[in-house]
Amino acid sequence: MELFLQQMPIVINSLNVGFLQTLRLFFVTLLGAAPLGLVIAFGSMSKFKPLSIVTRVIVWIVRGSPLMIQLLIIYYFPGLVLHNPIWGGGESGRFLAASAAFIINYACYFSEIYRGGIQSVPVGQIEAGKVLGMTKGQIFWRIKLMQVVKAIVPPMSNEIITLVKDTSLARIIALQEIIWAGQAFMKGSQGISGAIWPMFFTGVYYLIFNGVLTLLLGWVEKKLNYYR
Amino acid sequence: MLNANHLKKSFDGLGVLRDISLQVNEGEVVAIIGKSGSGKSTLLRCLNNLEQVDGGTIEIDGQALVKDGVYCPAREQRAICLKMGYVFQNFNLFPHMNVLRNLTEAQVCVLKRDKEKAAAYARELLKKVGLADREAAYPYQLSGGQQQRVAIARALALDPEILCFDEPTSALDPLLTQEVLGVIRALSKEKRTMIVVTHEMNFAREVADRVVFMEEGVIVAEGAPQEVFDSEKVKAFTGLGD
Repeated sequence: MELFLQQMPIVINSLNVGFLQTLRLFFVTLLGAAPLGLVIAFGSMSKFKPLSIVTRVIVWIVRGSPLMIQLLIIYYFPGLVLHNPIWGGGESGRFLAASAAFIINYACYFSEIYRGGIQSVPVGQIEAGKVLGMTKGQIFWRIKLMQVVKAIVPPMSNEIITLVKDTSLARIIALQEIIWAGQAFMKGSQGISGAIWPMFFTGVYYLIFNGVLTLLLGWVEKKLNYYR
Repeated sequence: MLNANHLKKSFDGLGVLRDISLQVNEGEVVAIIGKSGSGKSTLLRCLNNLEQVDGGTIEIDGQALVKDGVYCPAREQRAICLKMGYVFQNFNLFPHMNVLRNLTEAQVCVLKRDKEKAAAYARELLKKVGLADREAAYPYQLSGGQQQRVAIARALALDPEILCFDEPTSALDPLLTQEVLGVIRALSKEKRTMIVVTHEMNFAREVADRVVFMEEGVIVAEGAPQEVFDSEKVKAFTGLGD
């Protein structure tokens, strides 16, 4: 017990630093993937066949293969195969590569949610805008958008919560996020070695953060329930 | 007021409108009747630019929306079609806007009316369709009949010269049908120009100045209600034959 109390502040300190990196990856992915997903969604819905086919194939590949492999390929491929280490070295290089992999991966998932949301707006809504003399832009901003937002909030909440946990996959390229920070105490770090509990304890961080997100997203969903 | 000549339209090679010509004069109520699939709804949708014809001419108030199968630029299409109002079978109210906003949205963003004026006009129209007390309600809180009356008011808010109805009561039960027909009947008394695609034969007979009977994409009978309903073909359709 005495040992545990000695270790506690050191471990928490380390985990906090790791969690900060986890949060950074989470927010960068969200901010990058949300707009990129919209671009991909429009690409896959394009009436220009070659564009929609290429987009759908990319989405299929990204959604159909493990994110962990995508991380490894994106991080190692430029340096080891092309002999052009575009990511640079150190933690900042790993963060760039991880961000790229996560943004691409999540943008593809988001794009499918957006596409479903956009296509869920009944044709009659667009026609109603049309017979009232609205332009395509007015129909999108004034009629479709709010209906799309309402339709995508529940599936997006799901993805966002999954993203929080998926950030741990960046451990595979040694990004110093919270799992990496916890694991360090098994191998030995700051005079603590063979300690397994810091790794287990990282779960508490994920739980608390996801708890906050669940409440926040639930609140948004409730706000949008003013109509059916 | 409305002049449509030699309209042709086909879906996947199937002729839905086969050389249709229709004139509607100011203050006239025209009812279009016919079986499902006879092309009557498609005709109304073409007149309102919800479908594009393959050939023919549509002139509204002297302005050509399409001339010999060639459409005018999109901006002009919108301007010309503003002379037409359209009421859907399924109402198609905007679910995320309350009743008042449903009526003011296009007034403000399309006609650039002042918000206050738009709201005042909307309230006046709601009173007319008997829903003055429901302006804050959302569409899901209204009955089908109420929703359709809001939809009529929404169409009226843009001051169309011709009001079109596409089977306005087909989604309603008999009781709600009556309240909607009541509103349309009142509009006909104001000498409003209207085109009504309908299955309500008694209503067509009572309100229409002229009845058009369509079958397989052509107009097979047209004229005063009495004479159209008495013709053999229409009798076979309405089941009042023998």
